[in-house]
Amino acid sequence: MNNIANKAVICDVLLQAANKDKNIVVLCSDSRGSGSMTAFANSNPTQFIEVGIAEQNLVAISAGLASCGKKTYAVSPASFLSTRSMEQVKVDVAYSNTNVKLVGISGGISYGSLGATHHSVNDIAIMSSIANMRVYLPSDRFQTKELIEKLLQDKKPAYIRVGRNAVEDVYTDGKIDFTLDKATVVTEGNDIAIIACGEMVSTAKVAADQLQTQGIKARVLDMYCLKPLDRQAIQKAAEECKGIITIEEHSCYGGLGSLVCSVVAQTCFTKVKVLALPDEPIVSGKSPQIFAHYGLNSAGIMAAVKEILK
Amino acid sequence: MTKLWEKAAQIREDLVTLIYKSGGGHIGGDLSETDILVTLYYKYLHCSPSLVNDPNRDRFILSKGHSVETLYCILADLGYFPKSDLDNYSGFNSKYIGHPNNHVNGIEMNTGSLGHGLSLGVGMSLAGKMDKKDYRVYVVMGDGELAEGSVWEAAMAAAHYRLDNLTVFVDRNHLQISGDTEKVMSQDSLQERWGAFGWNTITINGNKIGEISRAIEIAQKNSENPTIIIANTTKGCGCPSIENKAEWHHKLPTLAEYKTLLAEIRAGGVSHE
Repeated sequence: MNNIANKAVICDVLLQAANKDKNIVVLCSDSRGSGSMTAFANSNPTQFIEVGIAEQNLVAISAGLASCGKKTYAVSPASFLSTRSMEQVKVDVAYSNTNVKLVGISGGISYGSLGATHHSVNDIAIMSSIANMRVYLPSDRFQTKELIEKLLQDKKPAYIRVGRNAVEDVYTDGKIDFTLDKATVVTEGNDIAIIACGEMVSTAKVAADQLQTQGIKARVLDMYCLKPLDRQAIQKAAEECKGIITIEEHSCYGGLGSLVCSVVAQTCFTKVKVLALPDEPIVSGKSPQIFAHYGLNSAGIMAAVKEILK
Repeated sequence: MTKLWEKAAQIREDLVTLIYKSGGGHIGGDLSETDILVTLYYKYLHCSPSLVNDPNRDRFILSKGHSVETLYCILADLGYFPKSDLDNYSGFNSKYIGHPNNHVNGIEMNTGSLGHGLSLGVGMSLAGKMDKKDYRVYVVMGDGELAEGSVWEAAMAAAHYRLDNLTVFVDRNHLQISGDTEKVMSQDSLQERWGAFGWNTITINGNKIGEISRAIEIAQKNSENPTIIIANTTKGCGCPSIENKAEWHHKLPTLAEYKTLLAEIRAGGVSHE
């Protein structure tokens, strides 16, 4: 059982990189604790900036720093980062093309019992609709590490959403097949494709294992790259599998399911079943309870497979 | 050498002509900020076309981005790009658009949505401190813009980090698109407000180049905190026929009005010394 959250991995990667690169700067909005950035703040105080509870300022200050050559990582709860500061993201980061990486922590319904103020179930839709913004939802700690190490090498804006808690490993350390902006094939199969992102990849993998016992071979695609979307992998799945299931910790509007449907409808038509959060105030509770309520678990995937293959 | 008041008059002529010919622009705010921008660009800013990528250059942010015509005219006059480029101002697919665009040589960041520029300036000032560079950062905001909450987030941060390399002008012309700022959202007394936020505050006549110069020099010598220069200005300054009239926020002159504006500028430039 893994107990290292993806956000903690981001801190580790940045810590190591910052020791060699003094232009790496992490900014928090009173979120160093929740963002697992306390270690960074303590170890590299000259490369850490606290802006207080002010997300608009967080993003625009990051952009100002980036315009002077800094590689900035703005770390704040995804719920606030993706909506409170959306205009600064649109103008100061994406439009001005500054090297700001926006790290939305405790995304989706990580703060399940805190209510809709703290849920970020719109961030894929919001961020992916902004020109020049990339959107990533890594699945596990190994992929998160690979992703951040790659993003450290470029100068373009990006939004990275991770959850609050540790998630089950999808990959094995040292054996992850990672190419930036290419979906990772987690399991091979042509009976059904399950396309997932973020925390839901682990769930999809569990479902694939269960389907295997029933003689159904599922192709699980880890679509951590929501934008740019790996359209080729989606089209291939549409052509080679009998149907596609998408599963995401996001609203049914404008998320992974919407994006996949758009590609399928324009390339190779096949049945698609979208598993996502409904257009209603999300119930409160612990994450597994909420996922079960909306069928965002292996049981929900099994039911969707049965429906498609019937 | 051309005196600054003469340069300010020339820039006024240029921007009024640009607006008349292109059929777009924010003439009232352009004219109120002209003396501030001219004083900065021709006397104090450590920047030039050959220094646009120099990490030690001073940074300038026009946070009230709608008043971009003044800035474009100054940058063209200083050789950042050919003056003829502005023939396509506001034209189809032109990079010379109605708000500062960082695809234009000499423009640091895109602005236009109000309330962003001060935060950007805080980031640039922090970078200067981190890198132990002695460049300065200048931001010009409008007074109506101060209703944006993000301005005060940035005001807190600048004072918290004691950013003495940051100098901010408020183009206090008392008019915004809907009318008198005090009727839209009252904000007097600005000096007390900014002082309470921990800023070094200076109030001047922002259409007098001598006062602007002295204020900048006071800010440069201050090593305690960021400086805000509350520059009391006249909207439409230099053109009495449109001064202090809210409708001239972005009204376009007719040919007859344009000729009047040019005549007024030529007659009154010296008053800005």
